[in-house]
Amino acid sequence: MTDITVEVPSVLASTLEGQRSLQVPLPEDGTVGGILDALGEKYPLFGRRVRDERGEVRRFVNVFVGPDNIRTLDGLGSPVREGQSVLIMQSVAGG
Amino acid sequence: MDNDARTILAIGTKKGLWLAESTDRENWNLTGPHFANLEVPSVAIDTRDGKTRILAGVNDWHWGPTVVYSDDAGATWSEPEQGAIKFPADTDTALARIWHLRPDTAERPGVVWAGCEPISVFKSTDSGENFELNRGLWDHPHRSEWGAGFGGAAVHSIVPNAVDENVVHAAMSTGGVYRSTDGGNSWEPRNKGIKADFFPEPFPEFGQCVHHITADAENPDRLYAQNHGGVYRSDDSGDEWNSIADGLPAEFGFVFLSHPRTGGSVWTIPLKGAEERNPVGGRLSVFHSTDAGDTWNEQHAGLPDADWNAVLRDAAAVDDHPGSVGVYFGTRGGEVFASNDEGAHFVTVAQRLPDVLSVRAAQVNGAGK
Repeated sequence: MTDITVEVPSVLASTLEGQRSLQVPLPEDGTVGGILDALGEKYPLFGRRVRDERGEVRRFVNVFVGPDNIRTLDGLGSPVREGQSVLIMQSVAGG
Repeated sequence: MDNDARTILAIGTKKGLWLAESTDRENWNLTGPHFANLEVPSVAIDTRDGKTRILAGVNDWHWGPTVVYSDDAGATWSEPEQGAIKFPADTDTALARIWHLRPDTAERPGVVWAGCEPISVFKSTDSGENFELNRGLWDHPHRSEWGAGFGGAAVHSIVPNAVDENVVHAAMSTGGVYRSTDGGNSWEPRNKGIKADFFPEPFPEFGQCVHHITADAENPDRLYAQNHGGVYRSDDSGDEWNSIADGLPAEFGFVFLSHPRTGGSVWTIPLKGAEERNPVGGRLSVFHSTDAGDTWNEQHAGLPDADWNAVLRDAAAVDDHPGSVGVYFGTRGGEVFASNDEGAHFVTVAQRLPDVLSVRAAQVNGAGK
């Protein structure tokens, strides 16, 4: 089974047992949404931080597949292929 | 007085939560920030059942809103893993902000109410660890006609009746006051007499921009409302409202407080008009009434003569001291004031904090953290 690397900012590490980089099996549907579903099931607090009750990625959270923001791809349906990594970052919003 | 008694003051701001403690309510030890850089629009201190639980509605602009609690005066914090407040899937709605956390009466331990954005009421029966959406208000036929005030569309005041647990009042901006007489299954608007001068018809059935409501200490059918424009009292559980603004320097404001034990003893902090929203002439004062708003007395000792910052609706509180009740408030300029003599004089607890959004105080016993 292919593993995908998921990287998160330090502020989320506490929701993932201290990890900032995880190896996650590529889900059957091969999408970002599938990866986040699996992580959210194992780490509910992480899931709530990244997505709201509707399952949508929070407004000021960005999810990248390689260099591309999934908002410019197919959202949570964006495909993830072997060798790619998923990067979760907060946006620069704030004041 | 218990020699170990101390008062905890919780101060939620635009960028973090501060806690202050005092044994005389004159000299305060301030600690914080907890949750640095996160907005804390709601706090509560639940001292029922001999415990002290501080609850905070924390809003992280990146990672979302959540409820946290501490049972050790802020030394450690817990957060329910699945989230204490969340909208059920069928609503297709996401929680935006927790505006108001309200422990129920001592006779209903464990019950905590939450007023949230979008306009909603949630209720917990386990001291705030899990909340359930009130479907009666969520499915209300008026929902599509409710609006948003400047700060968002939310329920910001929940007043459970002290005697009849089936009676609950909730207030929202904008929408006005709603009352349930069946424990929250159904809700009816109760705004007769409250002005909404931003509509062509200034006295609609609902749609008012009520800023805060509270109940009288001794008469649960007597309610008070600080409205967007107007200050009101109802003596019949909200069926009719009458102005009690005479004697105040302005009708606008956000705050309204009632004494925890003495009927008719109430406070408000008037602000100049909707266009300016700051203390009238820059003179920051609390106004106190001992006759349910028929007459008012200015309380200004210890407060600034020149302060141009508003006091927001949840940024004021009274404590439950068995002697002289304390009065507390914070400004958008980050100053926090405390009075240990029912407002006769104030001391400064904190200065130059971020905008103060929420303030609560309670007397607790036992060793500090």
